[in-house]
Amino acid sequence: MYRYSDFDAAFVAERNRQFRAQVERRIDGSLTEDEFKPLRLMNGLYLQLHAYMLRVAIPYGTLRSAQMRQLAMIADRWDKGYGHFTTRQNIQFNWPKLNDVPDMLDALAEVEMHAIQTSGNTIRNVTADHFAGAAADEIADPRPVAELIRQWSTDHPEFQFLPRKFKIAVTGSPNDRAVTKAHDIGLRMVERDGEAGFEVIVGGGLGRTPMIGKVVREFLPKADLLPYLEAVVSVWNLLGRRDNKYKSRIKITVHEHGIDDIRARVEARFEELRGAFSGVDQALLADIEATFAAPDFADRPTAAFDAAYNADPVFRAWVDTNVTDHRAPGYAIAQISLKAHGATPGDATSEQMRAMADLAEEFGHDELRISHEQNVVLPHVHRDDLPRLHAVLREHGLATANIGLVSDIIACPGMDYCALATARSIPIAQEIATRFDELKIEKDVGALKIKISGCINACGHHHVGHIGILGLDRAGVENYQITLGGDHTETAAVGQRTGPGFSADEIVPAVERIVDTYLLLRASADEPFIDAYRRLGMAPFKAALYDAQDRAQADAA
Amino acid sequence: MARPFSPKVVTGNALLEGDVIYLTESDSWTRDLSAAEVLTDEAHAQLRLLDAQARASEIVGAYLADVAPGIGGPQPTHFREAFRRTGPSNYFHGKQADRI
Repeated sequence: MYRYSDFDAAFVAERNRQFRAQVERRIDGSLTEDEFKPLRLMNGLYLQLHAYMLRVAIPYGTLRSAQMRQLAMIADRWDKGYGHFTTRQNIQFNWPKLNDVPDMLDALAEVEMHAIQTSGNTIRNVTADHFAGAAADEIADPRPVAELIRQWSTDHPEFQFLPRKFKIAVTGSPNDRAVTKAHDIGLRMVERDGEAGFEVIVGGGLGRTPMIGKVVREFLPKADLLPYLEAVVSVWNLLGRRDNKYKSRIKITVHEHGIDDIRARVEARFEELRGAFSGVDQALLADIEATFAAPDFADRPTAAFDAAYNADPVFRAWVDTNVTDHRAPGYAIAQISLKAHGATPGDATSEQMRAMADLAEEFGHDELRISHEQNVVLPHVHRDDLPRLHAVLREHGLATANIGLVSDIIACPGMDYCALATARSIPIAQEIATRFDELKIEKDVGALKIKISGCINACGHHHVGHIGILGLDRAGVENYQITLGGDHTETAAVGQRTGPGFSADEIVPAVERIVDTYLLLRASADEPFIDAYRRLGMAPFKAALYDAQDRAQADAA
Repeated sequence: MARPFSPKVVTGNALLEGDVIYLTESDSWTRDLSAAEVLTDEAHAQLRLLDAQARASEIVGAYLADVAPGIGGPQPTHFREAFRRTGPSNYFHGKQADRI
């Protein structure tokens, strides 16, 4: 795994020193809030509904055990003993005090972490496939490239005052687990005639105007990555609209100018920039790649796994949902669900963080990942260690067997925390998960992604949920719109609205009616929800959602 | 005829703690909505907001929030203000816990 160079450590220390002084000047009255706000946002500090919130970057979702333990320490010492993992592979602390934040940042720096560029109109934390380096379907580990992009984009002088925020995601697998088509730039590793390169996708994004990204370059040789990225961002930096915040993202620029026009401009700029990259970036990349060398995978039998799998139905259920094949024989990728039924999606207590850190150290080559689906991943676990791993997870309330199922819901913090939210998300997620747990039909329903956002900005990825839920304020009352048919993978699609929204009391029964309709109409138990929706279309779901309601209203009238 | 002015309180977040505070009649800050000064005159409300905004070393983001008179003091009229007064619904944190 990448370790900070002296340059990195000095840079983070200097930024922390500057921010400490900025906080002091804000408190002593030398800086107004208008002056201070951009400075705190550059360092990941927001002011939310009830308190400040510190958003800490977890680059490409990768953590060492020591880093996870430090996050637990920070949660205990300066927050309320828990952290919230987000859809951008970050962690948020919801209750810091302003004058503690400089100490929190210093504590993060001790374990080579920071909150730089987790907010503001800059290139944000680069996200990656959470199975990177472990997935059986992978061409190459995307994280060295993500780290190279992090180094290139951090404090890049040309890109500190962009028209708006800018998000990049990288995947090394044809099966896209990084939602690359919903990012400003999505990079998908591809091979052509034995040469490694990228398919470059631009202009994806969710929010107010959801767009699926378009391919701007089908094959970009690996060595050309940084000049090409710089070309894309600089073209947008000039063209991107600064007159209207809602039209400033690159998705709108691509939409307004057309992908062919953008491509021509990018290629022209790329030709200008290419010579400026002397190859030093490739030397750097080679060094970074060496630090991401795979651990030594042991070739040993899986007898203990086989015995437990056959004997213990609880373990078997957990393996069937939460464990994925690894590229190394005998190994597995284990997902730890942060979606216990009725719990807050993405939250982990400090005690749970320490337990996961210990497990990663003992069984997982010291590595943890945070997925954009707000779960934790142990990417390299030998199958024979899974029974013991599972037993410890159970002791800490971390063995929920629901990855990819109805209750594995993405939910943004919503109006329980977020100052931008128009409705709550968390209680809706809690109620849906609790309800389907009571019904005991999760396993039968199978793969189904519910994603909930508490406002139109779509941090909860509702547009790409099989069932998406968007919380709005309708005349002073929380109201929830449903979309169906969204897809976050390589076959990305934006979901379609079903019709009028539902009140907080009606939304869980509405979701249940959708699921009941699917169970009734699916071709077989092997036809997943999304396939059934694509075959059946909106009509039967719409009827299930609204006909009963219409009848009730007619009866009442 | 102009719409009648709905009662307001001045609210914002404390600079250091970041939590929700309200302006009182005596120019102090309270964390309890029931102790807030209820403003029923529009011109006076604007003046009180300016007073609050001038105290930039104590608070962040002062604004006027709608309230309705109720038993035990002003009550929020919008759910956002109800959450601000109470705390999050998923944990017993924030104001609801501080009251004990």
